[in-house]
Amino acid sequence: MALKNDTEVRYGTPAEFHGVKFQVPHATLEKSSYKRADEGEKQEPKSPPMSPICSPPASPSTYQRIAQSYGYGKARSGLEQQHGAPYEVRHSTHQQDGPSSGNYGAKSALTCSTPNRSLSVEREQQDSSSQYSDDPWRITEEQRDYYINQFRSLQPDLNAFISGSVAKNFFTKSKLPIPELSHIWELSDVDCDGALTLPEFCAAFHLVVARKNGYQLPETLPETLLPEYLQAACLKPVRDCALFDSYSEPLPSSQQTRDFSRAEKSSAEEVPDNSALLQDGKKDDKQAVKVSTTLKTIPKEFQHLTVKAAAQEPNAHRARPRSRSYSSTSIEDAMKKGEEPPTPPPRPQKSHSRASSLDLNKIFQQNTQAVRSGWLPPPPPALPPRPSVSQTEQPSEVELHPQMNRPPSQAEENSSAKKEVVLAQPPSKPARRKLRTEAQGLETPELSPTINVTSSLPAVKPHLPVQKQSSKQKRAIQTAIRKNKEANAVLARLNSELQQQLKEVHKERIALETQLEQLRPVTVL
Amino acid sequence: MAVCIAVIAKENYPLYIRSVPTENELKFHYTVHTSLDVVDEKISAMGKALVDQRELYLGLLYPTEDYKVYGYVTNSKVKFVMVVDSSNTALRDNEIRSMFRKLHNSYTDIMCNPFYNPGDRIHSRAFDTMVNSMMMQVC
Repeated sequence: MALKNDTEVRYGTPAEFHGVKFQVPHATLEKSSYKRADEGEKQEPKSPPMSPICSPPASPSTYQRIAQSYGYGKARSGLEQQHGAPYEVRHSTHQQDGPSSGNYGAKSALTCSTPNRSLSVEREQQDSSSQYSDDPWRITEEQRDYYINQFRSLQPDLNAFISGSVAKNFFTKSKLPIPELSHIWELSDVDCDGALTLPEFCAAFHLVVARKNGYQLPETLPETLLPEYLQAACLKPVRDCALFDSYSEPLPSSQQTRDFSRAEKSSAEEVPDNSALLQDGKKDDKQAVKVSTTLKTIPKEFQHLTVKAAAQEPNAHRARPRSRSYSSTSIEDAMKKGEEPPTPPPRPQKSHSRASSLDLNKIFQQNTQAVRSGWLPPPPPALPPRPSVSQTEQPSEVELHPQMNRPPSQAEENSSAKKEVVLAQPPSKPARRKLRTEAQGLETPELSPTINVTSSLPAVKPHLPVQKQSSKQKRAIQTAIRKNKEANAVLARLNSELQQQLKEVHKERIALETQLEQLRPVTVL
Repeated sequence: MAVCIAVIAKENYPLYIRSVPTENELKFHYTVHTSLDVVDEKISAMGKALVDQRELYLGLLYPTEDYKVYGYVTNSKVKFVMVVDSSNTALRDNEIRSMFRKLHNSYTDIMCNPFYNPGDRIHSRAFDTMVNSMMMQVC
């Protein structure tokens, strides 16, 4: 109990999520949870998981920064302990699956998982949650949506391949060492064709995420990451991806402003929520329970969800609305942090810009919270109203920029264009500041929907920067103004230089033409 | 069952070499190195015009009293050299060919990995597993 209270205290203050303190309880928790989890968690033979599972706590300090996902993965592993009988059932199925895991035996995996689903409703519910939470190699819905969006950013056609070089560049951004990336590729490219299909890409991405979170890479591909397994699962959320497209595309740009740990924490909340909803009997790993109960800032409304009989439907259902806010943030920041190598120090900017983006949306937070509380019924319709809401609110908020008083419809029209512009902006520092300034409404209010959307995430921790928003907002706007002026000056100078060159070229051309004319009459005659 | 398996790059430096962990492993390394001469001889003997027709499997390169050395070269001049214990007389030519075929398939799988730069040493775990399966089991 003491441990439970301890971790409760530790998890209770979200501000600590960013601090190193979080990693310490995580490390201790992981050890205890892993020792229990390794029995049935991994699909592989039992002996290898012993060492991999125990190693993450000793992972290098580079992983400490992103140890938020420790909570995510660990909570998922820890929640496994909460299942009583179903856990044992899964334990046996896992053991069954162990020998077959090395053979890419998807069929055996699927048949082993189907007996779970054929159990009673309660069993199925528990199994669905356990399927989500006990296995770090299982891809959750929001993760899958995120992966699919990333796939789409690389390759618009979901049925086509991502070539090796494209995938290499993409995964290199994750800053994992090349041998590990090579191994991840080996594991995930099942047909060894040098290209990744969507399920292969999801598996590879998931392995990258797991590795960044400190999990040792398995020797063979876990069955939950097999392409056949993922193919069946991938088809389901694809239809929701259309909804997420408009949502998540602008998010990558504004994700630069996100704090990674906060995103991880939010994703960590979701999975405990799943099991917390379904499980009453908590077992040994109380810390994971505490993760679920105390980390909960957003998804209180999800506790009211009734778990349906279908194994993954409830989780998919719950995850879908939540993935609106989380899909971009769950593990995206891991990649985003890596995707900013060309920029000079991104992190200070991130904090600054996050505050600025939050500043603008302080007003929206209550709104979005209210929206999210009533989020459950129609997730899709919730999306359009929010931009309009932000549109109406933003002009009133930003008196500094009267040019923002445009009709919301036009703003919404431009929002899609702006989102593309946002995407197309190279990840350079002035460009990002421009984005921020745009976001702040210097140029357009259209980006406010993007920030509004991401503000759902700050709503996770509303108490973080609320107090300093007004001053930070003004400061941010002023710096944005300054930056824009500088950019304008530079561009004007460039323009004048180019005009000079143009004049000179014109003179030369005129001279040449006169020469030509002088010569021509001679020959004509 | 092989005693030593080596993958040699086109420039005749080893990309991968694995031998049964007995004493004096250096002897196998030396054997592989000297066998490269025989490989080159066999390749050049075909002549440039016959490159397309050249069979990939080179067969027995040279036997010694303790072991036999077999060779296999790919179309990109990557050579596989296998040292087999002579006492293991049960190994037929077909088996050697199949082992080389497996090696070649694993090598192409490694090549498909975009993170592998051709010319690097091979650190693939899948390749290691496959090679280990072909090596003699030392008790």
